[in-house]
Parts: sequence; structure tokens; C-alpha cells
Amino acid sequence: MVQPLTVLPESPSQTAGPYVHIGLMPTYAGNPGAYAEEIGTSPIAEGAQGTVIEIVGSVYDGTGWALRDALIESWQPDAAGIFPGQPGADPAVSGLCRFAADAVSGEFTLRTVKPGPVPSRYGKAFAPHISLWVVARGINIGLQTRIYFEDEDNSDDPLLARIEQRPRVETLIAKKIGENRYRFDIRLQGAGETVFLDL
Amino acid sequence: MIDQGPLIPRNREMHPVPYYPDYKTSVARSPSLPLLSMESGPSEETGPTFGHDQIGALDNNLILNWTKGAAPAVGERILMHGRVLDENGRAVPETLIEIWQANAGGRYRHKKDGYLAPLDPNFGGCGRTLTDANGCYQFLTIRPGAYPWPNRGNDWRPMHIHISVYGHSFGQRLITQMYFEGDPLIERCPIAATIRNRSQLDRLVAPLDMAASRPLDFLAYKFDIVLRGRRQTMFENKLEGL
Ligand SMILES: [Fe+3]
Repeated sequence: MVQPLTVLPESPSQTAGPYVHIGLMPTYAGNPGAYAEEIGTSPIAEGAQGTVIEIVGSVYDGTGWALRDALIESWQPDAAGIFPGQPGADPAVSGLCRFAADAVSGEFTLRTVKPGPVPSRYGKAFAPHISLWVVARGINIGLQTRIYFEDEDNSDDPLLARIEQRPRVETLIAKKIGENRYRFDIRLQGAGETVFLDL
Repeated sequence: MIDQGPLIPRNREMHPVPYYPDYKTSVARSPSLPLLSMESGPSEETGPTFGHDQIGALDNNLILNWTKGAAPAVGERILMHGRVLDENGRAVPETLIEIWQANAGGRYRHKKDGYLAPLDPNFGGCGRTLTDANGCYQFLTIRPGAYPWPNRGNDWRPMHIHISVYGHSFGQRLITQMYFEGDPLIERCPIAATIRNRSQLDRLVAPLDMAASRPLDFLAYKFDIVLRGRRQTMFENKLEGL
């Protein structure tokens, strides 16, 4: 016999379902005024340092259909790579944004500042990236992924370096479509499937 | 903030399977390639924080919050309460919990829900709160009704409350559902069945808690939530060769 290991297992996930917006984005659900102040309506406030960018995209299922009911959260540091709550962080960057696929077109828009590189335990810094967490009906546990940028140097990024099939790296890189505008599509399954993370 | 070390890797055996044909929507929405596993970094070990000033006085009272206290929602009054802990058994204080649910008739207040059960003019269906210093939280609400949904020929969701939790870092992010002790629809629900480990599913079924219920007012259900913990060690070396 051995001593018992008293580790509590994590509570299991369940799908966020089709009505997740009621809880996380009440105005989108059609219930404005449910709260005096909604959480995560913008990751930046007036006066945030750095370059303001806009990222548009869609979440596609395995048949190529853009989800109309996906909800995404993004989390990121400021333009210097400092996360909210860390010493020296830009007070105008809250870092969190909640955004949803448009109910008609399936397209989402994230407006934020471009983040800076972030130090890692691996010696090399992570290239600028925004963390995403995708939930929807039919997704039984939230999917983590990251947005990197094609106009940044991603060659030394420790996470991208771990992707064995090099063409798949492209699934994590936002494409420039205009001045400070990018496109980032998420493919849940099948051809061009996005690299999802377990970190 | 002290560096508490990386997050304990997620044990996916404790979670639902992503692909589960009886839950038809999961078939085309589940990744078919493996996830990329790696030790957590700052992006996962930091997360948003929320202040008590952001939370309204009625935000955790779903019986009254939709009408700003003017009139109570219809339904069986219940207290949902519990603690948020991490895998190391430590309380998770000051963390945001958000819930949403159908009304007593099983209808959601959402622009896309067209179920024939009526809306309750006094019920919105969302609430939020911060855990206290001991990780405890509570919501006053009504018991949500079961509702039918288009899946197989005749599928009904058991009574449930959706729950979203942050913990203290983005890598701890979790959305789950609370079910109610004794509901015969749990056994028939393909969404509940995506959790293949029976003891894990049981952890989402809240027991009736008579000790916390209030005579002549509400019944109570207890629902504890465990989030990912972090590895505590005095021996942190820089990872090489990766
Ligand atoms: Fe539901």
C-alpha cells in the first residue's frame, strides 16, 4: 500500500450550448440592460499604447459552414508584452474580449492593440500572439488556440516550433488584409484544421 | 503576483469526449487531429481579474434581477451554493462565476429560442457573482424547467444551470452545467453522456442540501467546482532544447 494522493480531479466541462450569450454577452442575446456593466466588451480603453488593429474571421465546421452561434474570448498582454495585473502593465489594456459570430454572416470582429512578445520558460520569447478560447453548441470542451501575425517574426516562437507538420503553422497566423487589418479563420475540423492547444 | 509554477496538465479523461455521435452537433464541430500539448506559459498563467465594484447588488439574485427588484420570477425558489477549489484543494477566492438558465417552463430569454413555453416577464435568466475569501458563492434563482431540443427523435435536456468560471488564469477557464439530484432525464441526455466517466458526471449533479435551505422560503442545492491547479515546486529549471 502507498499513501493516498489527495488530488481533486478538475470538474468536467459541458458544452456552452446555443444560448451561451445570455450568460456572457446579454446584449447580443437580445437582453440589453441585464447588467449595469457587461464584462469583456473591449480589451482596450481610450489611450491604450500601441497599434490598434482589427481582426476579422469566421469559425467553420467540418463541412465548411461558418458557425452562427460561436462565442470567442481573447486574452492578451499590452503592446509591451505585459499582462494586466503585472507590474508596469498599460492601465488602458484590460486584455479580455468577448465577441460572437454574427448571427447572419457568421463573421466576427476583434478590435484591440497588437500585443508585444512575451517571455517564456523556454529561453526564447513567444512571438506576439493573442490567446483564444472558442465555445459553441456541439463543442464539449472549450477550444484553445492562438492568433499570431504574418508581419511579425515568428521564427523563434517556442509553440510554433512544436508543430510537426509545418504547413499547419499557417493555421495560427493572421493574414494582413489592409492597414492594421487582419483575417483569422478557425477551422474546427477537416481540411486546414486549426491547431488547437492543450496548455 | 508570485510565480506559482505552471498549470497541472489537463487530464482529458476527466472531460467529455469531443466527438459523440448521439450529440449530433458535435460530429462536425469536434477537431479530428490531436491537440498540441505544451507546458503552460504566461498567456495561460495570467488572467482577467474582476472587482466587486463591477458586480451589482442583485446580480446573483435571478429571482429579482431582471425586474430590478420590482417583481419576483415564477418558479420553485432555490439557492445554488458551493465552493470553488483547485486541484490542490485550495480555495479560489475572488473569482467570477456567471450562470445562465431557462425559466421555470424551460424557455430561454434568447433571440434564437422559439420553444412554445412562454417567457416569464419577471425572469431574465443570467446572474453573476465573485467568490468570497474562502471560495464560496451563492445564487438565489428558480429551478429551470426541462426542455426539448432538436437532436434525435425526442431528446429533452434535464433541468440544468449553465456555469462559467475563470479561476485566476485563462488556462483554468471552464464552462460546465449543474444538474439536479433525482432528475430521470440525466440518464437519457446525450450531452450529459459525453462525459464517459460516471463518477465525473456525478460531480455535476448537485445534491439537495436541506441544511442550507430556508424554511418557508427556498430549497438549496450544493455545487462545488474544481479548477485546474498549479504545480508547486522549489525546483524550477529553465526548459532546454525545446
Ligand atoms: Fe441549456
